[in-house]
Amino acid sequence: MKLTFARLGNMHIAGKALFEALGIDVVLPPPPTKRTMSLGSLYSPEFACLPLKVNIGNYLEALEKGADTIVMVGGIGPCRLGLYGEIQRQILEGLRCDFKMIVVEPPQGRLDRVVRQLREIIGPQPITRYIRALHLGWSKLASIDTLEKLALELRPFENSKGEVSFAFEAALKCIEEAGTPKEVTSAAENGQTAMKSVCKKTDSDKPRIGIVGEVFMVLEPFVNCEIEKRLGEMGVVVLRSIYLSDWIVEHVVKDVFRILRKSKLPYELAKPYLCHFVGGHGVETIASTVDYAKQGLDGVIQVAPFTCMPEIIAQDILPTVSKELGIPVMTLVLDEHSSGTGVLTRLEAFVDLVRMSRRARR
Amino acid sequence: MAGSGYLGVDVGSVSTNLVLIDEAGVLLEKIYLRTQGDPIGAVKEGMRQLAAVAGDMKILGVGTSGSGRKLAGVILGADCVKNEITAHAVAANHKVPGAQTVIEIGGQDSKIIILRQGVVIDFAMNTVCAAGTGSFLEQQAARLGIAIDKFGKLALGAVTPVRIAGRCAVFAESDMIHKQQMGHRIEDIISGLCEALVRNYLNNVGKGKAIEPPVVFQGGVAANAGMKAAFEKELVTQVIVPEHYDVMGALGAALVAAEEKSRKDGQSTFRGFKALNRDYATRTFECSGCPNLCEIVNITMDNEVIARWGSRCGRWDSL
Repeated sequence: MKLTFARLGNMHIAGKALFEALGIDVVLPPPPTKRTMSLGSLYSPEFACLPLKVNIGNYLEALEKGADTIVMVGGIGPCRLGLYGEIQRQILEGLRCDFKMIVVEPPQGRLDRVVRQLREIIGPQPITRYIRALHLGWSKLASIDTLEKLALELRPFENSKGEVSFAFEAALKCIEEAGTPKEVTSAAENGQTAMKSVCKKTDSDKPRIGIVGEVFMVLEPFVNCEIEKRLGEMGVVVLRSIYLSDWIVEHVVKDVFRILRKSKLPYELAKPYLCHFVGGHGVETIASTVDYAKQGLDGVIQVAPFTCMPEIIAQDILPTVSKELGIPVMTLVLDEHSSGTGVLTRLEAFVDLVRMSRRARR
Repeated sequence: MAGSGYLGVDVGSVSTNLVLIDEAGVLLEKIYLRTQGDPIGAVKEGMRQLAAVAGDMKILGVGTSGSGRKLAGVILGADCVKNEITAHAVAANHKVPGAQTVIEIGGQDSKIIILRQGVVIDFAMNTVCAAGTGSFLEQQAARLGIAIDKFGKLALGAVTPVRIAGRCAVFAESDMIHKQQMGHRIEDIISGLCEALVRNYLNNVGKGKAIEPPVVFQGGVAANAGMKAAFEKELVTQVIVPEHYDVMGALGAALVAAEEKSRKDGQSTFRGFKALNRDYATRTFECSGCPNLCEIVNITMDNEVIARWGSRCGRWDSL
């Protein structure tokens, strides 16, 4: 079996480590390119959202490289993503691809279901091996998140443009190659030192902008035109509302072990504006915006794929949040056609807006 | 022209505008040209015309704006390259101090900018649809055989404007044809079209924005009296079309250049009017380093590469 899965930011590094530690061959889709996008949009329903199209592109490129089994997450609730595993299976079957698709559904408190689904992929394994694999995968995921967070903080202070990103990429490579949790930790520590060493030691006051929105668009730089990097290079400290490790704790771990209650915080923060689950990250988008306003950030950017229902609901509520809490909010709706130029114009204007209002406040 | 001043250049999809302002921000000269798919040619032609009036005027700084701002910035040696949203806001606030809403409709895009006390607090640009923009109005004027500068005035002669679906340019056009074949007067149809485009703009670009007077209407489409009247009817407030409404992006770029100059000293990086006699060209090639196949653009001055961009990964960024 040669296993593959769709890409999402840097998740593939942890995913690959996890499955390989369980003795499974992994064939990763190549990093997304224009070709991925063209293949994906060619074979996907026109009105589907961008994540579906990029996923299809990923699968086709991974199948070309020899993958034969695809793992995809399922889901319940109003976001269409829950349906995509099945749609993707049908699209690929229609293309006469030779593959097996495993859709991992949310556990909803049933550990036995998770075990059954995992065994379908992995086969019987000693429990200690599971633990070791999970440990390695998790340490990579957590380290990557730490480095990503650090890059967002450091970029506005780098000595010359691109140095933090360069050091970050090098550190990612070391984490990818690390074979034990201990090696992962030391790779991450070295990475942090390297990233800090290319920055000016300064505490000068930089504008801070938070990024909220749909998980795929927030986490995948290829589809969001690298907004984090661009903002950082314009001298803005970026705060991101979603990190994969947090997401997994909230939506997977706590869904298996329901005794660990899910965080109620998003619902409490969003309550004055949106008091109902609307699917996807709709509530979290509102909640994070409220949170960022309370933390005194200078602005919030919402990123969403074109036609995303939960984010459309959030988008229509955000002007009220913005007005009541006095925080500028901009929405970027992205699709396959989105040119870097159009995004850059809006980002530049938003950063100008933020700088002007900071100056006016003083 | 004696003295010293600043130059602003706005290279848009449809028009390229240049302005010369004095140190107090007063507009001395403006030039409005069609870009016609050749931004370098348009900038050179504009500069040639400007050089004739500028004479020995000292240029203290140059600002560029519009979708071609980067290219224009390189060939002119601009001191600052500013996005068109900020440029338009700065110009609107300069011409109409205290403006709270700016409606800007150009050739391919439309935007709304909300200001309070001279500070931009919110803005939006059309995303996936160009239904209400200048290109569409021009196309409809051409289809009806009416000169674009007469098109808007005709709308003012409407008696009972017909209702046109403004959601999408394709729907709007088929609706117009339907109404025309039913025998409606052309004035009523054009007026109906203006109202539809204004509805589309307000529901699309202006959605959720606090539109407060004074409302300033600028960009090429502000020349259209029908559009202005339709905005006034829909917003129930006076809509101000400022003097030089058609070159506000360029004016904003010049003002930003002047402001930048006041903050830091130093010589302007402007290449001078004479530099426009040099031979500028762009050459593109497809990078085969990865499946992204980025189209890389080289900008050359007398065969020497002066700028290069287009790669996603940055490998071609340095010269």
